[in-house]
Amino acid sequence: MQQKLPLARLETIANDIREDIIRMLEHAGSGHSAGPLGLADIFTALYFDVMKYDPKDPAWEERDILLLSNGHCVPVQYATMAHAGFFERKELMTLRQLGSRLQGHPERTKLPGLENTSGPLGCGLSQACGMALAMRLDKRLQRRIYVVMGDGEQDEGNVWEAAMLASKYQLSNIVAITDRNNIQIDGPTEKVMPLEDLHAKWQAFGWHVIEINGNDIEAVIDACAMAKAIVEKPVMILAHTVPGKGVDFMEYDFNWHGKPPDHQQAVKALHELRTLGGRIRSEHE
Amino acid sequence: MSEMHLIDLGGKLEQEPIRKGFGRGLLAAGQRDIHVVAACADLTDSTQMSLFKAEFPDRFIEIGVAEQNMVTVGSGLAAMGKIPFVSSYAAFSPGRNWEQIRTTICLNDRPVKIVGSHAGVSVGPDGATHQMLEDIALMRVLPNMVVIAPCDSLEAEKATLAMAEDKRPNYLRLAREATPVITTAKTPFEIGKAYVFAKGADVTLIATGTMTYQALVAADKLYKDGIEAEVVHVPTIKPLDSATILKSVQKTGVVVTAEEGQIVGGLGGAIAELLAEECPAPLRRVGMLDRYGESGAPAELLEHFGLDAKHIRLAAHAVLDAKPKN
Repeated sequence: MQQKLPLARLETIANDIREDIIRMLEHAGSGHSAGPLGLADIFTALYFDVMKYDPKDPAWEERDILLLSNGHCVPVQYATMAHAGFFERKELMTLRQLGSRLQGHPERTKLPGLENTSGPLGCGLSQACGMALAMRLDKRLQRRIYVVMGDGEQDEGNVWEAAMLASKYQLSNIVAITDRNNIQIDGPTEKVMPLEDLHAKWQAFGWHVIEINGNDIEAVIDACAMAKAIVEKPVMILAHTVPGKGVDFMEYDFNWHGKPPDHQQAVKALHELRTLGGRIRSEHE
Repeated sequence: MSEMHLIDLGGKLEQEPIRKGFGRGLLAAGQRDIHVVAACADLTDSTQMSLFKAEFPDRFIEIGVAEQNMVTVGSGLAAMGKIPFVSSYAAFSPGRNWEQIRTTICLNDRPVKIVGSHAGVSVGPDGATHQMLEDIALMRVLPNMVVIAPCDSLEAEKATLAMAEDKRPNYLRLAREATPVITTAKTPFEIGKAYVFAKGADVTLIATGTMTYQALVAADKLYKDGIEAEVVHVPTIKPLDSATILKSVQKTGVVVTAEEGQIVGGLGGAIAELLAEECPAPLRRVGMLDRYGESGAPAELLEHFGLDAKHIRLAAHAVLDAKPKN
C-alpha cells in the first residue's frame, strides 16, 4: 500500500470485511465464525497499511509474506484480499463450494496471493523460518514475513520447535502475531491446555514480545513498526482479541469457534455490524 | 546384461554404504547449483550430509532433533526458490513427520527432497525402533511424491543429482550397512525408470534398494536350478515404470518381488496393485511380513527375516509351482 489511509477509513474497511465474513459463512453453511471476526482488525492493518505487495502481481519478488498458520480463519483473509483487489468480492460467495478457489482451508496452489497451504496446525512458523533462512542467503532481509497464529494451535509441539530455530538463527524479519482470543474448539484455552504465561514463554524462547489489543488497528500498525526496529530477535506480537468481535451474541463464546451463522443469525449480525451495535443508523434500513 | 554396464558378480565386489553415495551426490549437486541447501536433524555424519556442510557451511542448517520442524522449514526454503535436501533416519523422517510432509510439501507442491537414512532391518543392533520398514508405504500414498530406493552407493549418487533437478517432492531411501556396488558410472539412471538388470524368460524378479543385489544372486542360483530369471531393478517405486515391468511379466507369467521393508504397501504392494489390474499373474512377495525387526547383526537379521537371495530363490520356485499348467 502506497498511501497511508486514515484510521477512520481503516475501521470502515474492517467493518466491511466483517460483514463479508458473515455473508460468506452463512452462504457456505459451514466454517469458523469467531476467529475470522476477531482477526478483521489485524488483517485490515496488515493488508491496508503494514505490508508491501501488489494484488495485480501476487508473485512480485519484493513483496512481504503473510502466512496464515491457523488456516481455519481463512475467511478473514479471503474477505480482506477481495477488498485489497486480489479478486472480485462476488467470488467470496463461492467459499467451500466444489471448484472454488476459496477452499475451506487455504490452498496455495488454488489462489494466487496465498503463500501457504494450511489447516493442520502448528506449521506456519516453521515455513516462515525456511523462508527467512532463504532470504538471508539471498541477502533480501528487507522483506518481512508475517505469521498469523492461533493461540490454541500453540498446543502443537511443532510451534515450539520453530520458536527455537527462529531464535537460534536470529530470524528478525519474522513477525509472528498470536490471535490471543482465549478460545479453542473444546473450550477456553486455559481449560483445554493452559498456555499462560505465554508472554514469558516466548521471551524464554528468545523472542522479543510485544503485547497489544488486537482489535485496535492503530496498535497493530504501531507494533509492526516497532518490530522493524528489533534486529537481533524474531518478534512475537501477542494480540489480545475478542472472538466474534462486532457481533455481540458471538463475542467471547467458544461455541462460535467452529460454526457459521444461519440465515436469521446472519441478518441479526449484519444489522449489528452495519449500525456499529446500534450506535448509528444503517442506510440499508 | 552388458547394456546395463553392471559389475560381474563373479568377481570381487567393492562394498560401500548406499548413504555414502548420497553424501557425494549432494556435494556435487551443491557445486552445480547454488540453490541447493541442506538441513539435518542432528545426524549430519550418519546421513553423510557432513561433506556438504564442510564445503557450504552457510547453506547448511542444523535443525536439532526436530523432524517435524525440519521438513516444514524445507517447505519454506523451497517456497523461496531453494532446493532443500532434509535428512534424518527414515524412522523419524518420514516416520514422525508424515502430516507435515503431506500438507506443507505434497499438497502445497513444494519440491523438498526428503532423505531417510538407515532404512531396513540391516540397521542391526539398534533394534526395531530404528529399523524403518514402512517408509515406502507412507511416501507412496502421497500424491505428487516421488519415491526412490537406490541399489548401491553409485546409483544413490546419480539419484541425488537427478533429484536436485526434479521439480517434484522426492523421497530418497538409504541404508546404513555396506552394500555391494553392482552398477558402474555408465549404468543408466533416470527417475521413473525401471531397468532389466538380467534377462530371462521363466520368472520375473522385481527388486528395489538393497534387495536388487540379492535378486541378482538369486538369479544366478536359479540358473543353476535350470530356471532363467529376469531381474527388474525398480529404483523408482513411484511413479512406477509400469511398461517395463509389464513387458517382463507378459513374457514370464510369474513374479517375485523383493524389498527390505513391509510388503504391505511397499514395492510388493505396488506390484500387486499393478498386476491385479493390468496383468494378473502368480506373485510371491519377499520382504517384512507385517511384523517388526529386532536387535542383531545385520547379516543375521537379513537371514532371520528371510531378506536374502536364498529366500528369493525359494519364492521363485514356489511361484513357478503355482503357475497354471497349460
